[in-house]
Amino acid sequence: MLRMILRRLMLGAVTVGLVSLIIFTAVEVLPGDACTALLKQDAQGQGLANCRQELGLDRSATLRYLVWAGSALTGDLGFSAHSTKRISELVADRLKNSLLLGVMALAVGLPLAFLAGILAALRRDKWLDLGLSGLAIGAMTIPEFVSATLLILVFSGWLGWLPGIVLTPPSAPLHEFFPAIVLPVAALAMVMTAHILRTVRSSMIEVLDSDYVRMATLKGVPYRTMVWRHVLPNALLPAINVVALTVAWLLGGVVVIEMVFNYPGLGRLMISAISDRDLALVQAIALIVAAVYVLVNLLADLLTLLANPRLRTAARKQP
Amino acid sequence: MRAMASRPSGAIGLVIVLIHLFIAVSSPWLVPFDYKAISSLLILSPPDAVHWWGTDHLGRDVFTRTLLGGREAILVTLIATPLAVAWGGFIGIYLGLVGGKLDDVLMRLVDAFLALPWILKMLLMIATFGTGLGVLIPTLAFFYGIPVIRIARAAAHNVVARDFVLAARARGHGRLSTIGRELLPNVLDALLVEGAMRWSWMLLAFSSLSFLGFGVSPPTPDWGLMVADSRTFLAIAPWSGLYPIAALSSLIIGINLTADALAKTLGVDRAQKAPI
Amino acid sequence: MDKDTVLSFRDLSIGFVSRAGQLLPVLRNIDLQIQRGETVGLVGESGSGKSTLALAAMGYLKAGLQVTGGSVHFGTQDMFGLSRSALEAVRGGKVALVPQNAGQSLTPTLRVGSQLLEAVALHSALPPAEHERRVMALLRQVRMPDPQAMAARYPHELSGGQQQRVAIAMALAGEPDVLLLDEPTTGLDVTTQAHILALLRDINHETRTAMVYVSHDLGAIARVCDRVVVLYAGEMVLAGSARQVLLTPAHPYARGLLNSIPRLSQTSLPEALPGRQPLPGDVGDGCSFVERCALAQASCRSGRPALQFLPDGAVTRCLFHDRSDEMALTRPARATALRVGAGTTAALSLNQVAISYAQATVMQQLLGRRPDVPHTVADITFSVVAGQTMGLVGESGSGKSSILKALAGLNPPIAGSMSMGADQFLAPHVDQRPPDHLRRVQMIFQNPDDSLNPRHTVAQILAQPLRLYFGLSEEALRQRSINLLERVRMGAHYLDRLPSQMSGGEKQRVAIARAFAAEPDIVLCDEVTSALDVSVQAAVLDLLNDLKREKGTTYLFVSHDLAVVRVLADSVAVLYQGRLCEIGPAAEVYAAPFHPYTEVLLGAVLEPVPDMSPILLADDIMELAPPAQGCAFQRRCPKKVGAICDTTAPPWQLSASGHGICCHIARDQLIPAIRDSGHHE
Repeated sequence: MLRMILRRLMLGAVTVGLVSLIIFTAVEVLPGDACTALLKQDAQGQGLANCRQELGLDRSATLRYLVWAGSALTGDLGFSAHSTKRISELVADRLKNSLLLGVMALAVGLPLAFLAGILAALRRDKWLDLGLSGLAIGAMTIPEFVSATLLILVFSGWLGWLPGIVLTPPSAPLHEFFPAIVLPVAALAMVMTAHILRTVRSSMIEVLDSDYVRMATLKGVPYRTMVWRHVLPNALLPAINVVALTVAWLLGGVVVIEMVFNYPGLGRLMISAISDRDLALVQAIALIVAAVYVLVNLLADLLTLLANPRLRTAARKQP
Repeated sequence: MRAMASRPSGAIGLVIVLIHLFIAVSSPWLVPFDYKAISSLLILSPPDAVHWWGTDHLGRDVFTRTLLGGREAILVTLIATPLAVAWGGFIGIYLGLVGGKLDDVLMRLVDAFLALPWILKMLLMIATFGTGLGVLIPTLAFFYGIPVIRIARAAAHNVVARDFVLAARARGHGRLSTIGRELLPNVLDALLVEGAMRWSWMLLAFSSLSFLGFGVSPPTPDWGLMVADSRTFLAIAPWSGLYPIAALSSLIIGINLTADALAKTLGVDRAQKAPI
Repeated sequence: MDKDTVLSFRDLSIGFVSRAGQLLPVLRNIDLQIQRGETVGLVGESGSGKSTLALAAMGYLKAGLQVTGGSVHFGTQDMFGLSRSALEAVRGGKVALVPQNAGQSLTPTLRVGSQLLEAVALHSALPPAEHERRVMALLRQVRMPDPQAMAARYPHELSGGQQQRVAIAMALAGEPDVLLLDEPTTGLDVTTQAHILALLRDINHETRTAMVYVSHDLGAIARVCDRVVVLYAGEMVLAGSARQVLLTPAHPYARGLLNSIPRLSQTSLPEALPGRQPLPGDVGDGCSFVERCALAQASCRSGRPALQFLPDGAVTRCLFHDRSDEMALTRPARATALRVGAGTTAALSLNQVAISYAQATVMQQLLGRRPDVPHTVADITFSVVAGQTMGLVGESGSGKSSILKALAGLNPPIAGSMSMGADQFLAPHVDQRPPDHLRRVQMIFQNPDDSLNPRHTVAQILAQPLRLYFGLSEEALRQRSINLLERVRMGAHYLDRLPSQMSGGEKQRVAIARAFAAEPDIVLCDEVTSALDVSVQAAVLDLLNDLKREKGTTYLFVSHDLAVVRVLADSVAVLYQGRLCEIGPAAEVYAAPFHPYTEVLLGAVLEPVPDMSPILLADDIMELAPPAQGCAFQRRCPKKVGAICDTTAPPWQLSASGHGICCHIARDQLIPAIRDSGHHE
């Protein structure tokens, strides 16, 4: 069992390593480097050569990769060419903001999604289900920037209840993000709730149609008990994976929402880093986001392993 | 086809998609105004008999621009989607059949790619190569083909274990011919549904890119761009943003309804994965 | 109403509305009373409605079905009129179900003990403090070894037989008046099945619980049931005591069914029933069986025959039941096409073949070592004479399918060699074999649903081997395909059909046609009749026999069903856990002296003759892997000698005729256990 966990950890580490390679290569391929970005118009001749030597950009790619990877492991991600601050500081701020946004969206969206998904499955093909499923499809298919824009229009433009954009500076303490954070959270929650609702619903339906639930019914188990003891534990297992994907997405994929609301999170930082050709920053952010993705998936895998008796037995038997 | 039309939601979806396609093709000849024509007099004027859907912040006719706004998006995505499904599907099926070390290695790579946020991948390509159609189409096709590998591989796994594949191998058919003859027809269903979904996600991505300013450049009309432009004025001139929003949303909903009906008719189990 | 009647079906009819809007019947006018303590068998093939009937006894209908007439009463309660809470009280309590696939009917996330506790808590009158003890008592009642340990396990950690016992225990929790058993031994090994059936018989004697046993397997029914009801196309066609129905059936369908079952005592082919059961809505005005009946007269078509009550107590729906003697139960001697002694050239030989499924861990791979576990299949050496049929028998884990797959090149052995003819070496992997070898060895798989590509028409399916091996042109292809179909007794109109448009028997015949399209020398048959209905099996056996007579093909016929093998095989090999136990000419293997495992297997064969029970039973243990040393059967052998069986591999004792037994006990001391009624020959 322990070996299986270790194996998964190792595979995760390999994936992160591969990601770092991919990022590094991609950034290498981009025209220009940190020095051209730093010096801009003056990026030529001796000045450029000096800069490169100073920043160590004249060394071979392999060497630079190893140095970068090595220091990344210790938490030192280098300096941002654009703002000349330590990348770790910049990222830390944005990371905390993104975490706030993500956690709030999860807190609102997850319970809603699970409740709605379960109810929709239990009342399959009735009005409640059709309504909820319809809403879910709507929320899923409408682009984020559309739903965000509409939210702003309604709640900020017409009703004036909430601010439409976030003006709080990135390094501000968390509580200052309220109430501006409400609309972004709503926009995010809409999309993720829809996805999770559909997964939960279809998983529930599959379990409700299974032989063992039919057996429980024929055993005389009362309906409520059956749902609690026999249906839910089996139906919610597959949802773990979707939740994991959602968590990962909340951290790195919500760029559009951040742009629309001007929210100072990791996504916006990434966009400006790319626009500014601040390559070290781009690399760093990509690595962090990817690492989070791998970590979250790993946790989901392990959780599924622990919660599913069949996998537990299989794991114990592994040599 | 007939079976699909019998489901009301599928029929509605299909109709919507077909209308959009028709408009995308024929709009240059249908629109009353020049999409570039700016007018300082008619800025943000509400809908009336002349400008049915009003004008935007530069006095351009919203109706015209909305009708034309889907052309780039639909063109790009309609080319990129089959490419994505084709290359991702082939590799996925091959890996599903072959397995072994190649499978292990490639799936690690796939995982690594999927770990990166989509916008990063898009923007890096755009930053390197620019934003022309010649860049966008292959970029979208490449990156959106990667999740297809996973799905095709899973579908192939389901089929590979079946006896008729074994029987074909036992007869002496080679690997490639087995893929073509035995696997493909059975996996095609899943790929078809996946293709429809891919198209809708690509449209989302394309519009989002335009919205952020990284896609189509002005003055080309594009829904994403139009929504971005209209943001500042939305409260006072909602028509400048609401019509492109309605257009984009209706197309995507139409595709989703069609894909859903397709999935139910063909009996495909659609894994609810988050769009990458 | 008789106070001893626990369950009463009164003119019950159930149907569903088709997509075209028609009401199609699944069950018609079922009148059946179940008395306290009696065991009633419901016999029918798939589509006869028997499962629906059993579930209806609990007031349960699958989605889409509805009651179109009549009722079901448990005691005084109308099962379809009860409120939900009343239903919950009865179900699992006084009326309990033992489901078909126990493994899938137990909730995977709950421990077995906790699911049993739930049943006890719901339906037992005992105070909560006693519940745990009751669970243990139930497990002991179903003869589970080590109840404490078993209760702590999850369903997937139990063997098929153990899962079924748990299901039975769960059903007994509420001390039911009626047990409904829906094919409870399908999918279990023969030896396990024997144990379960014996258990059921004992429970019925101990507790006087009535049982309704639904099955297509007349042998199982014979072993458990006092009374038998035969269902055909949703209606009762025959009912009576087990002796009446199984020995002197008064309905041509029952006779035909019994005639089509292969028996151990007879080496001739069983008589196939032509045609197939009508689908719901396809029954005409007359008798439902008229299309397939050898006794059919004009009056059989002019209105549905009513049930007739015969003087000996049996009930039949046949107007001409007294003439069903014309369909004699003993069949004419249609011998199988045996070619004993015709030539001695070996068509196929295996020498010390070993197959392993064990996977090396990463460490072992790095060091280039193989895992140190006994091979899944080992020491397989035998040869098959050209034109003869060799039967490979064994249960799950015996390795018989693995051997076939190895011969087909799909599963390369890790040791040993295989060859065709005198000296043509068969490469281990398909990719290494020349086209000629590929053509000469063909395989037919068990499940016709799986072995035909659902997207290909019959024409395309048959075209594949024809094109691959013979490179025929389009016109020649079509002609050859039609010929092939004719040979398997199917018309040319099948060419454009898809597998989903054909029945199981038809699909299997297409699979046979496909195999023979290559004009093979050797045909590997992997349980080819196991997935088919009883009456269809006989037709397929007949076909295989004809083809063999015509072509002189060599068959390697794998099956777990000893009676089927007896019909076709010239020589037989018995396998246990991947090792050969006994091998030789069929007549000698099926006669004493036996290897202990062969004796257990033969004894576990269920013949549709009442009042027979197996004599020798092997211990019901789940074997995960063959033992590292000694005899493969050491853990379960009822004739185990002692420590020598665990440590030393048993010697082969060969007779002059080539009959070999692999056992430590000498041939002349392998005395078969005393029988109570003449069982074999």
